[in-house]
Amino acid sequence: MRKGVIRPGHVQIRVLDIEEAVVHYRDRLGLIEVGRDAQGRAYLKGWTEVDRFSVVLREAEEPGMDFMGFKVLDAAVLEQRKLDLQRYGCQVEVIPAGELDGCGERIRFDSPTGHYFELYAEKEQTGKWGVSENNPEAWPEDLKGMRANRFDHCLLYGDDIDGTSELLQKVLGFQLSEQVVDRENGNLRVAAFLACSMKAHDIALVRHPEKGKFHHASFYLDTWGDVLRAADLISMHDIALDIGPTRHGLTHGQTVYFFDPSGNRNEVFTGGDYTYPDHQVITWDASQLGKAIFYHDRQLNEKFLNVVT
Amino acid sequence: MRFSVRLADADESFSCTEQQHLLQGMQAFRIGVPLLQVIPVGCRGGGCGICRIRILSGEYEARKMSRKHVSEQEQADGVALACRIYPRSDLAIELLPLAEDDNKQK
Repeated sequence: MRKGVIRPGHVQIRVLDIEEAVVHYRDRLGLIEVGRDAQGRAYLKGWTEVDRFSVVLREAEEPGMDFMGFKVLDAAVLEQRKLDLQRYGCQVEVIPAGELDGCGERIRFDSPTGHYFELYAEKEQTGKWGVSENNPEAWPEDLKGMRANRFDHCLLYGDDIDGTSELLQKVLGFQLSEQVVDRENGNLRVAAFLACSMKAHDIALVRHPEKGKFHHASFYLDTWGDVLRAADLISMHDIALDIGPTRHGLTHGQTVYFFDPSGNRNEVFTGGDYTYPDHQVITWDASQLGKAIFYHDRQLNEKFLNVVT
Repeated sequence: MRFSVRLADADESFSCTEQQHLLQGMQAFRIGVPLLQVIPVGCRGGGCGICRIRILSGEYEARKMSRKHVSEQEQADGVALACRIYPRSDLAIELLPLAEDDNKQK
């Protein structure tokens, strides 16, 4: 049952060099740079996103993800989810409005996989970038690079993915859309894909010995042609390619993976399945993991499985 | 300038220019020279720690790398991520496992 959590709203990513990172996310991915704050963090968004920002870059000594935030319907939902999270046993911290420029109060909480998540109800709504809300044109003409539409989801690595999945499902109303199960190992769940919307996933979790790891942040493109064009840009700018272009078995999205200049993995993708509340969970067998991840190659790739920040 | 990078523990070597990081040198095609895949290749951005090595001898430029995988003291002792190392002379290196404290920090 949905509980008023409407979409992934932001991700704060740690980078080794802020200027290098801004060039990558702005000029290569094509996000819109909307500002910097007093701490030196850079704020960006995909052009179709209505809120002020969705990606925050923070210069640090170790790359990785600081936190991922989800937007909720309104202040009453935010307050109720805060009480629910406290009752569930999460460490809950209230971050005052304005700590992120243009964002209202945030409820930050920990999770069994060691990741930090946030909920918020208010963020300055500046509208889609470059198009009007009245009789809008199809797209703005002066987009850069891959012309990423929006921040779409994250894939996170950690140990207790059953614990984090249960937290997201029971307290925040996410739906398990797909999973990978190891039938030769007591039906151990090795991956969980969860949605708070009708997308194939809004967050994914993969079992990994270490807590709190970041596999990738993903951005949505319009077409398979745009995915191929993104791969062209990866070559033109000598960006570290990970894998693709290809199709996933899981969620059936069409995709290419690469790394930012600090080694954080990015995905741009298009297409994929959808999730209605009455849909049954789709299960992939771990013995078919190669095909589940890379539908064409059907080969497991050590780097894709083990390289994280 | 092209320098030689010797893997002390495998008795293999490859060449690398001063504009290439060590993984680019290792993966560069040269006619008649077999490709070496001795250093694991990961994110190539100093983030994931897969290509952790120790530089036993030689001069090099090190770019910023994740402190999670190479502490300041380790870096002073020659530990580095190969994707952030640009040679300034011939080098001798050895492979290292991922930082042992990866799980202890959490």
